[in-house]
Amino acid sequence: MTAQDTSTTSLQLTEEGQLRHFLTLDGLDRALLTDILDTADSFIEVGERSIKKVPLLRGRTVVNLFFESSTRTRSTFELAAKRLSADVLNLDINTSATSKGESLSDTLLNLEAMASDMFVVRHSQSGAPHFIAESVTPGVAIINAGDGRHAHPTQAMLDMLTIRQHKGRFEGLKVAIVGDILHSRVARSQIRALQELGAAEVRVIAPATLLPRSVEALGCTVEYDMTRGMKDLDVVIMLRLQKERMEGALLPSEREFYRLYGLSREKLALAHPDCIVMHPGPINRGVEIESAVADGPQSVILDQVTNGIAIRMAVMSMAMGGQMADRNRQSLERKVL
Amino acid sequence: MIQLPDVEQLLQQMEADLRQTLARRGVTDPVMVGIRTGGVWLAEQLNQRLGLSGPLGELDISFYRDDFSRLGLNPRVKPSSLPFDTEGRDIVLIDDVLMSGRTIRAAMNEIFDYGRPASIILAVLMDLGKRELPIQPDVTGQVVSMAPNQRVKLRGPAPLRLELRETSE
Repeated sequence: MTAQDTSTTSLQLTEEGQLRHFLTLDGLDRALLTDILDTADSFIEVGERSIKKVPLLRGRTVVNLFFESSTRTRSTFELAAKRLSADVLNLDINTSATSKGESLSDTLLNLEAMASDMFVVRHSQSGAPHFIAESVTPGVAIINAGDGRHAHPTQAMLDMLTIRQHKGRFEGLKVAIVGDILHSRVARSQIRALQELGAAEVRVIAPATLLPRSVEALGCTVEYDMTRGMKDLDVVIMLRLQKERMEGALLPSEREFYRLYGLSREKLALAHPDCIVMHPGPINRGVEIESAVADGPQSVILDQVTNGIAIRMAVMSMAMGGQMADRNRQSLERKVL
Repeated sequence: MIQLPDVEQLLQQMEADLRQTLARRGVTDPVMVGIRTGGVWLAEQLNQRLGLSGPLGELDISFYRDDFSRLGLNPRVKPSSLPFDTEGRDIVLIDDVLMSGRTIRAAMNEIFDYGRPASIILAVLMDLGKRELPIQPDVTGQVVSMAPNQRVKLRGPAPLRLELRETSE
């Protein structure tokens, strides 16, 4: 672990090893990741009840602080917070208007004055949630909802939950992530989670222009040819292709990309017959995935959405619980002194 | 040193009392709901003894505990399961040890989130007193008074036996 990792770990975990922020999967061990998945399993059951609410965050205020827009992630975080009985405030903030550092600090001061208990942060700059967690008042939990190219830990964990539901395990699984690895915070978090949970092989399949230069350092197998890369797969995760990458001349054309790296029925047939197909959404039909595959029997894309609510309920309640246990310990210590 | 009772005998006692209570209340078609983990083992036993054919409910009350704000979330939480419609049903709620009454309050809150039952009967293996809430069992295996440093725990699932532990406090 680097010094950076160690400081993040002490920031997001309490002395007892409970979550108090959820910023990155780096530094979280298999036992904690498994706890998150198990807790989420219990929240799935809550979603099937007549009253889909539990009182864990009753009386707490959760602020969805989105500096970058995202309908799906924001709405599942909102639903998750509401199912935990929290009050929710949604703020979409356009960063382009003011100098970013200043607006961030000012925004936070204002929100803290409203007695918020948790910030769910999405930001285009890597490290923004970490920065907020370092400077926020003690007792306020920060959840990373995606920062720059760095991490998207709740997306990775809902993917892990979906894989475990369908495969029952991680040991022995061969998993490929296909598409724009270079710009993907989702891929980084997925790779980390799959490795920690014990997947046999994590393969990245992409053109050289969409791979990070130090891709081998991630500990993955690299495959440029998708036809070869599909062999023996148990899980294939497609990434969303950002249209602006086309303009950046990293790719020849959508049609060319689809021909080489799009998931068609023919390419899927090269994997294990029970290989599941995942995609973080929103999907570009006919660009990274064929419609018949996205809607086909091997697709678990809609399960991912449902699982997203349960995973977000799990990390929100675990982080809030960690903050409160921290506060309780401190007040007990003060009494002893 | 207290002599811990035999679980088998307590279950016989509970079965007889439960039959009486159900008859008195005119309940003919109850469903059993056990609180994890001890309560679930007892519910399985009582379900058999009463010859009930229906599925059992299992509650994990971790999401309803009133000490979340002091301790955080129990990391060992398991999904609750009530595999029947609770709306309008007569429920027998079963736990191993009753003390403060907080677990029972949490369990009743959780049951109501599945629907509004017609009634709830509370059956416990042991009542240790020390109540902090106005909750009383309808059926009790045995009332036991213990020293403040003593705790009793049900071990199982087979055989079911009680275990006494003494803390250093």
